Amino acid sequence: MASPYQMDLISPADDVWSVTKLTTAVKRMIEGEIPQIWVRGEVTGCKTYPSGHCYFTLRDSMCQVRCCLWRRDMGRAGKPPADGTEVYVLVRAGFYEAKGEFQLNVQRILPSSAVGRAQQELERVKAVLHQDGLFDPARKRPMPQFAATLAVVTSTAGAALRDMITVARRRWPSARLLVINARVQGDGAVEALVRGLRLVNRLTGVDVCILGRGGGDREDLAAFNAEAVCRALADVRVPTISAVGHETDISLTDLVADLRAPTPSAAAELALPDQQAIERTLNGLASRLARGLGNRARLGLERVDRAGDRIDAALEAVLDRHRHQLTRLSAQLDALSPLRVLDRGYAVPTDSTGRVLKRRADFAPGAPFNLRVADGEVPARVEPE
Amino acid sequence: MTTIADDLARLEDIVRKLEADDVELDTALALFEEGVARLRAARERLAAADLKVQAVLEEAGGDLRLKDLDA
Repeated sequence: MASPYQMDLISPADDVWSVTKLTTAVKRMIEGEIPQIWVRGEVTGCKTYPSGHCYFTLRDSMCQVRCCLWRRDMGRAGKPPADGTEVYVLVRAGFYEAKGEFQLNVQRILPSSAVGRAQQELERVKAVLHQDGLFDPARKRPMPQFAATLAVVTSTAGAALRDMITVARRRWPSARLLVINARVQGDGAVEALVRGLRLVNRLTGVDVCILGRGGGDREDLAAFNAEAVCRALADVRVPTISAVGHETDISLTDLVADLRAPTPSAAAELALPDQQAIERTLNGLASRLARGLGNRARLGLERVDRAGDRIDAALEAVLDRHRHQLTRLSAQLDALSPLRVLDRGYAVPTDSTGRVLKRRADFAPGAPFNLRVADGEVPARVEPE
Repeated sequence: MTTIADDLARLEDIVRKLEADDVELDTALALFEEGVARLRAARERLAAADLKVQAVLEEAGGDLRLKDLDA
């Protein structure tokens, strides 16, 4: 049953938005989030109003979107397209609040038949190279650790070569650069680059091949998107670096090469070892070498020390044994000594030469003699007859 | 002809052997001497380095010729 109090469903606490508030929020979201972009689609329902503004719908097989080409933009943007044309439009996303409609504000229109050719060729080449596996990460070869000889395919007139020479001289002065001069833009550039890359395979001792040029307009980089150049690069037998244009430009040779460098200088950095790092490595090895020998010698000395200790201990044991023996022997000797008898009160008579007087005949009447007692000698004389 | 890469690889090898405890003292001395010689050779190689820049030219007959470029 319908309640007369349906309004109760909305509490006073609920925030009720006006249509204007909502559309303003949506407008802000759409216009803030989506940058200026190129969109491709087919034009239908194109109509120019007396105001001078032109409206059309852009669609693909699934979706469609309203587009406005304002009168003030018409001069720069290009002619309103005929229905059924496929176009690229440069747009800013917008939201028309009065009708609550999402729309694209068109800044430029290019029929895809015009753009198309270069872009379509690029896409065709990209597709076919991809199909042939030329972008396959498994194909990528590592750079050698100590490249000594670089083959550089570039224009000898360009800044790219000068930059690479500067980096090489600073980083790895023992390097050799073999420069193959080639046109890098305009008529004949594709053929020149292909010829240059093929020459690389005829050189001996090359460690890395750099294909490079300095930055330029997108048109100027076209040769580096050419199928023939990409295939010739893939056929180079040594690891390759593509260094085309400045950092933001990516070409198909960048995708085919084993390594992509943002600039020619960076390519030289990537290809060549760093002398200063190697000097640091050598210093490290030198101190390890010295320490290694020092340790080994110390180990030897310790072993000698330990052997010495053992010899000392053995000697000590022998001496000990002998010392005991000596002590015992000397005690025995001591006990046997005739002098010990004197302690018990005996005396030994000797003549002036020290001869012991043992018998009566040894004592001549009136003759002097000595009596040896425990603590010394006593002079004595035989009574005269 | 040996290269700086050979020098570095051999030096690394020598140092590792020296750092192991089981090497005989006379072997250790021989390794040390070779290491010092390798170090000196590597340093001389680095010091003597002078960047070489050459243009690759293709002769009319198809032969390749190298010509020094003023770098």
